[in-house]
Amino acid sequence: MHSDPRFVELKKRLYAFVFPMSIAFMAWYLLYVLMSAFGRDLMGVVLFGSVNVALLFGILQFVSTFGIAVVYTNYARRKLDSQAVELRDELHHGATDKEGGR
Amino acid sequence: MMLAQEAVGTVSDSSRIVTIVLFVLMIAATLGVTVWASRNTRSATDFHSGGRGFSPLQNGLAIGSDYMSAASFLGIAGMISLFGYDGFLYSIGFLVAWLVALLLVAELLRNSGRYTMGDVLSYRMQQRPVRTAASVSTLVVSIFYLLAQMVGAGALIALLLGIQPGQTFLGMDAPTAKIVGIVVIGLLMTVYVTFGGMKGTTWVQIIKAVILMAGAALLTLLTLSLYGFNLGALMSDAASASGQEGFLEPGLRYGVEVAGDPVQTMWNKLDLISLGMALVLGTAGLPHILIRFYTVPDSQSARKSVNWGIGLIGTFYLMTLVLGFGAAAIVGHEAITAQNAAGNTAAPQLAQAVGETIGGELAGSVLLALIASAAFAAILSTVAGLVIASSSSIAHDFYNSVLRKGRATGAEEVKVARLAALGVGVVAIVLAVFAQNLNVAFLVALAFAIAASANLPTLLLSLFWKRFNTAGALAGIYGGLISAVGLVFFSPVVSGRETALIPNADFAWFPLPNPALVSVPISLLCAVVGTLMSKERDFDKFAMLQVRALTGAGAEKAAKH
Repeated sequence: MHSDPRFVELKKRLYAFVFPMSIAFMAWYLLYVLMSAFGRDLMGVVLFGSVNVALLFGILQFVSTFGIAVVYTNYARRKLDSQAVELRDELHHGATDKEGGR
Repeated sequence: MMLAQEAVGTVSDSSRIVTIVLFVLMIAATLGVTVWASRNTRSATDFHSGGRGFSPLQNGLAIGSDYMSAASFLGIAGMISLFGYDGFLYSIGFLVAWLVALLLVAELLRNSGRYTMGDVLSYRMQQRPVRTAASVSTLVVSIFYLLAQMVGAGALIALLLGIQPGQTFLGMDAPTAKIVGIVVIGLLMTVYVTFGGMKGTTWVQIIKAVILMAGAALLTLLTLSLYGFNLGALMSDAASASGQEGFLEPGLRYGVEVAGDPVQTMWNKLDLISLGMALVLGTAGLPHILIRFYTVPDSQSARKSVNWGIGLIGTFYLMTLVLGFGAAAIVGHEAITAQNAAGNTAAPQLAQAVGETIGGELAGSVLLALIASAAFAAILSTVAGLVIASSSSIAHDFYNSVLRKGRATGAEEVKVARLAALGVGVVAIVLAVFAQNLNVAFLVALAFAIAASANLPTLLLSLFWKRFNTAGALAGIYGGLISAVGLVFFSPVVSGRETALIPNADFAWFPLPNPALVSVPISLLCAVVGTLMSKERDFDKFAMLQVRALTGAGAEKAAKH
């Protein structure tokens, strides 16, 4: 099964999403932490009212977290789930057939 | 606003009565659920994983419940109220961390494991050494986290009941009430887990999540209503009431710039980065969070429950932002620190002040009692989650796999798990009574740093690295565990400062209070070097693990009753 082209494709699709996305959100978060430590002048710039760059940046971390969760869920539903279920059912039936044959 | 300030800090008898009635109601309800759950807990799957029959929403609530501990509810609101923006920084790390769990861990773990983190770590390794290591790191992380919650809880109960130093209530002075609080909470969590197993624990957590979210939402809305729902006005009021320059910017608590000392300033800033790293990498290595993914029927449900968790936790942290700024503006810095130096009672104090402003003294008492009860529920359910994680690991990883070589029956495993829950409960009560004066935030940060160093690198390598093997897993777990604990021991947290655990000695050669910046790379390095130094490799087993993890073939199914 591991070398089945459909499994290889499933693995490729999963990895193609989760690894780049993990690197992206980690880098985005690291930028935020680094800015909090070393970019205080910029973080303190007031945009409007009592909203400064630091607050906006923080809120954007919330937004990106919610956003990535939604995007991933849609991606998984479209590109991963049916393939995974198909392969799983095949493996289960294969296993039952073998047991039945003994 | 000055009116409310004067009233805060004096807890009236009516408020205490309402608080105690609500506490008792909550204890009765949760014990009722536990009795019901104990009747439906027979197999090992029931005990460790609640029969795997919970819906994504139910598990999402329980995930939120495990995570939104009293420490994070009261601690973050308090930190925002005293240090402004820097408290918010904490919640951002705590939230973003869930993406690691969502993208890299939850689904694969659900498909490839059974009851514990050790199941996945040991899948293609030598069972006994790896499971022993997994069990050790589970216990260390859980005990530190448990101590943090219980120590905090003891202090909190004294404060929630409004027992001031020198005062007595029901014949208890503040120190006695602290100990009574620790013992009561310790006993309750032990009862929940021993009798109710994962089913009882999960329902206790669901109840808590609903109470906590409702309480926080009510207080948030009332606070905002005092400012005509103008968050900007609330924030500028908070900033001016705090009397501190830069209240709405990072830097008052973490990464503090010390004038004339560029070296210390640099250490402080590196420490901020180290803390950020522990927060974001620790979550997906917390054993009590990981085992939650086993309580749902399949990996798709695990994904959905993480999404519910992210939604709840994110909303909750946005509310704590309002509560923290609200407390800074309405209660005021002085009144908060007068009650508790770390600001842990800022949220309950805000409840009292807001209630009094809106509906007079009685409304203040009722709102205070409501928020105090939400905090009480928050303590109970988080500690129960930690106890079940520890007892499952002792019974499943250590007793069954290591001592009995996997030959114990389900019934034997459940019996041992129940005894283990009892043991963990007793140990936690005793340690917490002795550890009463430890800093709660330090204990939580340490638990996250250990989870980020000892557990997460090993977990990810075992899911994704083909060559990874037993020697690598052991080196990664023990290397991360020892470096995290060791670096904290030689940090300014333990010695060399007035605020340290041992203020009279100075052996602090490691300058960062948070070790993750160094200990996570050490753990990764140990894991890689350990792997390459050993010839063991099992590519077939890895292929099986991958097929199972990605497709769910052979994954544990929900129990049918």
